[in-house]
Amino acid sequence: MTYKDLIIIGGGPSGLCAAKTALEAGISVLIIDRSEKLGGQLVKQTHKFFGSKDQYAKTRGFDIAEKLVKDLKNYENLQILINATVVGLYKDKVVTVLNNEKYVRYQAKSIIVATGASEKFLAFENNDLPGIYGAGATQTLMNNYGVLPGKEVVMIGSGNIGLIVSYQLMQAGVKVKAIIEASPTIGGYKVHASKMTRLGVPILTSTTVKKAIGETEIKAIEIVSLDEKWQELPNTSRIIEIDALCISVGLSPMHQLLSMVGARMKFVFELGGFVPIIDDNNQTTQDSIFVCGDAVGIEEASSAMMEGYMTGLFVAKHLNHPHPNHEKLIQYYEEQLKLLRDGPFGEKTKVGLSKLKEGDTHA
Amino acid sequence: MIKVIAMRIERHPILDFPKKQAIFFMFEGEKVMGFHGDTIASALHALGIKTLSYSISKNRPRGFYCAIGNCASCNMIVNGVPNVRTCITSLEENMIVERQINKGVIK
Repeated sequence: MTYKDLIIIGGGPSGLCAAKTALEAGISVLIIDRSEKLGGQLVKQTHKFFGSKDQYAKTRGFDIAEKLVKDLKNYENLQILINATVVGLYKDKVVTVLNNEKYVRYQAKSIIVATGASEKFLAFENNDLPGIYGAGATQTLMNNYGVLPGKEVVMIGSGNIGLIVSYQLMQAGVKVKAIIEASPTIGGYKVHASKMTRLGVPILTSTTVKKAIGETEIKAIEIVSLDEKWQELPNTSRIIEIDALCISVGLSPMHQLLSMVGARMKFVFELGGFVPIIDDNNQTTQDSIFVCGDAVGIEEASSAMMEGYMTGLFVAKHLNHPHPNHEKLIQYYEEQLKLLRDGPFGEKTKVGLSKLKEGDTHA
Repeated sequence: MIKVIAMRIERHPILDFPKKQAIFFMFEGEKVMGFHGDTIASALHALGIKTLSYSISKNRPRGFYCAIGNCASCNMIVNGVPNVRTCITSLEENMIVERQINKGVIK
């Protein structure tokens, strides 16, 4: 068994940022990541980020990933394990890992769970046909591997991911036949929605998919309009021929390891699903097990990074090895997070976080 | 013979996809081609192959869903080993890739 001060599960934006501040404080860190490359979902994001310069605004996602990895370059106290899937997390801070077909164990004084999120799915007839993909999955396929998901697609969901991925599909040469949205209003930023409208892509609100059509793979979908009670309106059925369907109906925190280790969890709708109860230092109800990023509530990568920096500082202090500028840095990242959450789209997160602090009864 | 459909991106306003070295592998008994940097799933998708497995009880065709190793929808038999997450497994020369039709058999 290998011993470390801190093990960070997940090398995405929040995990990498947590590593940075923890290493600066002088503790030893192991980052474990499932994929072949660090950076999490930033590696497939070709769009430029919003926010201020401190939050990596105007920089493309994959460039941010590269920068975050580069920031960790000169630390001898850092070990990185890629192509490694964590399969178990235990109360004594033992982490079991499947790495190149081998089962290995690590132990640390503290753990940060930065496992991120997974894409939600949608219930409709034939939703298991090949050719139906998560929006993020099509982004991975296109932007990381240079492969098109299809030639003609429909996007379900008009949140920011749905809108941004629709644009990226068009950049790759795919025809986006429509973006459909079950609620009466568009979910994402107006600037993204307007861009799609200008490109001639209809955004159909109060519309949902009724079924997918095809024998061995998707060939078409049937869509219908919904009334204000979310019920199907008669005589509104339309068939759209497609060879791929993208689903972008939100994300869920990846809570499995936290549930496994016995951290108290709560279902908070505003945060995307089951999330761990945390104290003011992002520590779960399991001693020395911390959490940051989408695993503790769905937000944007910008907030995940600021939360990561903070959590690395919290852990260093918890291990009696505080960063020399601890107070000042905490204050700075708190301000950054506040700025990010103060917009109209941050309201949901703020409500969710307040519910999380209320205790562990179901929201 | 597998009908090859061109699904590779040739031109992109932001990203470069330079031609990479070819990798030959076996899919369901046929010799097919992918490229360096591919996962098994991306190589198959580029060939127009979307069905990666069949569901256990109803035998319904299954493709990948998440492409980042979460959902197990892309599990296939690779070099005789079942339940390989092909969406995060790098393609290698001479790999033998087969569609999975059951939970997988431990040998």
